[in-house]
Amino acid sequence: MRTLAWPCPAPGGSGEEFALVAGPEDAAARVLLVPALFEEANKTRRLLAETMRALAARGVASVLPDLPGCGESLAPLELQDLDSWRAAVRRCARRFRASHYLAIRGGAVLLPRTAKGWSFEPVAGASLLRTMVRARTIAAREEGREETAARLLDLGRVQGLELAGYRLGARMIAGLERADLPKRSKRLVLTLADLGGEPLWRRSEPGEDPALAAALAARIAVEATP
Amino acid sequence: MRADMAQHKALGAHDDSAAQLRAILRDVLGLEPSQVERFNDRTELFGSLPELDSMAVAGLLTEMEDRLDIVIEDDEVDGELLSTFGNLLAFARAKRRR
Repeated sequence: MRTLAWPCPAPGGSGEEFALVAGPEDAAARVLLVPALFEEANKTRRLLAETMRALAARGVASVLPDLPGCGESLAPLELQDLDSWRAAVRRCARRFRASHYLAIRGGAVLLPRTAKGWSFEPVAGASLLRTMVRARTIAAREEGREETAARLLDLGRVQGLELAGYRLGARMIAGLERADLPKRSKRLVLTLADLGGEPLWRRSEPGEDPALAAALAARIAVEATP
Repeated sequence: MRADMAQHKALGAHDDSAAQLRAILRDVLGLEPSQVERFNDRTELFGSLPELDSMAVAGLLTEMEDRLDIVIEDDEVDGELLSTFGNLLAFARAKRRR
């Protein structure tokens, strides 16, 4: 595994962002992993690192970028929206000369329309947002405060919102509400039901799932290798 | 228990709510299958399962919505709903009958 810096003019950023890279540098099959969003990115990171190692063992190169405002990025998350993230994904794909994409969960809403590749357990922006808002209202209730999802979202669309420790700007909130999943052929949508495995992104302590990583890598390597 | 039986009947003999709910709890909380198999109506959930923080509760509700094809309103979620496996199951069954 190595780190790649790639040029990325994200709002408030340093002009470059970082990514994790694995596999042969001259590989013909080059997969860009579009990470899950917010907390789910952390919860699936070990799964993805494991998947990248398994891909490398099959001769497939892969790259896992930090989206601007996430991970090692110096850009403030609050200034990002889905369009700045989509632009970052395109930039990273160009720099890495990606031949395919694998989007994880909410990462599916960032896929370029013509992207070749797969989405794994994709989830629409609105569903992700609903779960995060719900976690906040539940936490508030535990502390004896009453917050409603509708009121939080009204506020969020105007001045942004802090959800699960993430400071989301108004444009990010509005973008997530509208972000539907791209229509994709069934064959390109990978699910836990097909591959076997557990929804690590739901867990407080996700750990890893080596069998799932191996299944993901096997499926992708077969179809991505020319 | 009798009320629970009556609900069971109303959903028909093919009610798989209990099995579905066990699978959801196992997946979301990362519990052993043998542990969720032992859950009964009085098994305490919220408060006694350290895995259930607010994000996990929210994820649990979303998974219930997706897998059981129900919609859960914010004001239906309270400490009582999540206090025991029996309460959560009765809620899921009532929702699915609608």
